[in-house]
Amino acid sequence: MTPGEAGAARDNFHPGGRPGDDLIVPKGVDIAQPPSAYEIGADRLFRRCTLAVAWLTVILVFCVIFSITRQAMPSIRTYGLGFLSGTAWDSNRAQFGILPAIVGTLYSSILGLAIGTVFGLAIAIFLSEGFLSAGLDSAFSFLRLSEYSWLNSLPGRIENLLKITVELLAAIPSVVYGLWGIFVVIPFVRPPANWLHSHLGWIPFFSTGLSGPGLLPASIVLAIMVLPTISAISRDALVAVPPKLREAAFGMGATRWEAILAIFVPTAATGIFGAVILGFGRALGETMALAMLAGNANIISWSLFSPANTLAALLANHFPEADKIEVGALMYVALVLLAITLVVNIIGTVILQRAEAGLQGLR
Amino acid sequence: MRIARNLLLPVALLLIGVGYMTCGSSIEARSGLGVALAADAITLQGTGATFPAPLYQKWFTEYNKAHPDVQINYQALGSGAGVKQFQQNLVDFGASDAAMTDAEMAAVKDGVVLLPMTAGAIVLAYNIPDGPSELKLSREAYVGIFLGKITQWNDPAIAKANPGVKLPDTKISVVVRSDGSGTTFVFTSHLSAISDAWKSGPGAGKSVNFPAAVAGKGNPGVTALIKETPGAIGYVEYGYAVQTRMPMAVLQNKSGKYVKADLATGKDALASVELPANLRAWITDPTGPGVYPIVTYTWLLCYRKYKDPKTAATLKSVIQYGLTQGQSFSVDLGYIPLPAKVVDAVTRALQQIS
Repeated sequence: MTPGEAGAARDNFHPGGRPGDDLIVPKGVDIAQPPSAYEIGADRLFRRCTLAVAWLTVILVFCVIFSITRQAMPSIRTYGLGFLSGTAWDSNRAQFGILPAIVGTLYSSILGLAIGTVFGLAIAIFLSEGFLSAGLDSAFSFLRLSEYSWLNSLPGRIENLLKITVELLAAIPSVVYGLWGIFVVIPFVRPPANWLHSHLGWIPFFSTGLSGPGLLPASIVLAIMVLPTISAISRDALVAVPPKLREAAFGMGATRWEAILAIFVPTAATGIFGAVILGFGRALGETMALAMLAGNANIISWSLFSPANTLAALLANHFPEADKIEVGALMYVALVLLAITLVVNIIGTVILQRAEAGLQGLR
Repeated sequence: MRIARNLLLPVALLLIGVGYMTCGSSIEARSGLGVALAADAITLQGTGATFPAPLYQKWFTEYNKAHPDVQINYQALGSGAGVKQFQQNLVDFGASDAAMTDAEMAAVKDGVVLLPMTAGAIVLAYNIPDGPSELKLSREAYVGIFLGKITQWNDPAIAKANPGVKLPDTKISVVVRSDGSGTTFVFTSHLSAISDAWKSGPGAGKSVNFPAAVAGKGNPGVTALIKETPGAIGYVEYGYAVQTRMPMAVLQNKSGKYVKADLATGKDALASVELPANLRAWITDPTGPGVYPIVTYTWLLCYRKYKDPKTAATLKSVIQYGLTQGQSFSVDLGYIPLPAKVVDAVTRALQQIS
């Protein structure tokens, strides 16, 4: 609170008695008073509580890392770094390797993120740059409906509706996405995928056919799952581009596309990039839909249509039935997943800070 | 303002408390422990195999209808989880498709009684577009398919057993279980018993390293993948294949005969094996001309001694119900009813529980 606001708040505060009793204050009487001991105490307590709770979350993260590491320790000792480069997961023979799962996790996340970013950014631009109202305005004037004033609020409402609909995608449980992927996405992408394989099979990305589950359907579903995150945050970033900048861009005679692509998107790049990093985090950790769609096969392939495995799906599939040795190995997997997520977030933050520093002069 | 201020302290304390608890709880305690006990009602807690779960649930609801004061919670978390939680004394009974080994049983200090409650067959369900209504698979053929050596449906090894049947030039997609499971154990034990290449290769276990396969979670996951993948073949429980109306391959048994999976051939397979005194038998490759080759019992795991005599009495009564009236639900749900002499043997074994 600024001093001015605090004063205003105290003016509206009537200690004791009915409101209105003390509206007329005699001249020379100061109703401002220093905060009571109770208020000071409560203020301090509040500050300490928030501090404690804030630290608690940090401690919680370390607790999680600590307990995972502790349980992973035996298998880290046994398998060492060979664990990261091994390709077979065979609990019968206590052989564990997770290279295919690491590759599959990164491959599916990056592919899903690429698709999701293209569509998410497009949605964000469409919803923030007044495309809808421009289109509807010309339609109204063509139909000579411009004098009906209630129509003027229509584009805004439709934009809001679209925005809510996209955000609603985030509320769908991932099991439902998985089922939808099996019964809708896979049959839908199978014919074009197999056509590509039979005609352009020499390209590594098309080197296998798509029979059922595989990387492509998994990535498509993943893209839809990260879409709300990317579009909502990117839209907020675009809306926050300073009006001065907008006016200046158009004032200099930039066309709408020049303004959007050369001025607005670069200005909002920090926010957009943040959205992408958040989406990446979500994609890396996504479990259920990928366990249902990626095929859970320990295969490393360039092909978009090959079945694959991911770290999170490996954990979900093997945990319930794992014996002691395998639980240790799975904890190692969890640690690797945690490390990958951490590295991605750190890289993201660093790039974000650099981008922000570059744009400092604009604000 | 004032209300918010007064609420602040309790809320903050609560958050701190929750934080402590979350932080302190370790992974060993992740099992689902049951509903709070009502005053005089008896609640039995069980965990285990997913395969017999539909039948057990049916028994337990029917039993609850007849005895409203008895509530039985069965969590189908899988055979491995069933054995593990049983060993840790977290449940009143466990259930598993793979009977406990001697070493596992020795670790339980209250003693173990293994009771086969029902039996099932494992079938190879397939999806061949415009394919034959009946597909015969020789032992070499289905071992070869799961080893990844036979990759096309029109492979000579498959065609030889199916004279006059037109097989498409489609790639075979092998579908297996992604999670550890008793079904996988029974199926891979059978493959190990009939093929040295399998025994020295992937081997037998609740989860093995299948060469060249895609994997789905649980019987439903495998079923969905087979149905949605042209050219797929996978192993599922007979009951699931019947309910989802998937075509099942006719398999060659030890005598060289091709046998369809149904209740009669499954029952013959069970009858071909004599149960020992501890009621534990692994039927990896039954003998007889008309037997279906891949069948298994599924076991309830009970302690020999219960602290509360009431728990023991109730459990015995529930199991008795399952052995008698309960067996009549088996056929509808796709399970093989126990042969009469097995029911007698289990009833006798039930007396060991106290």
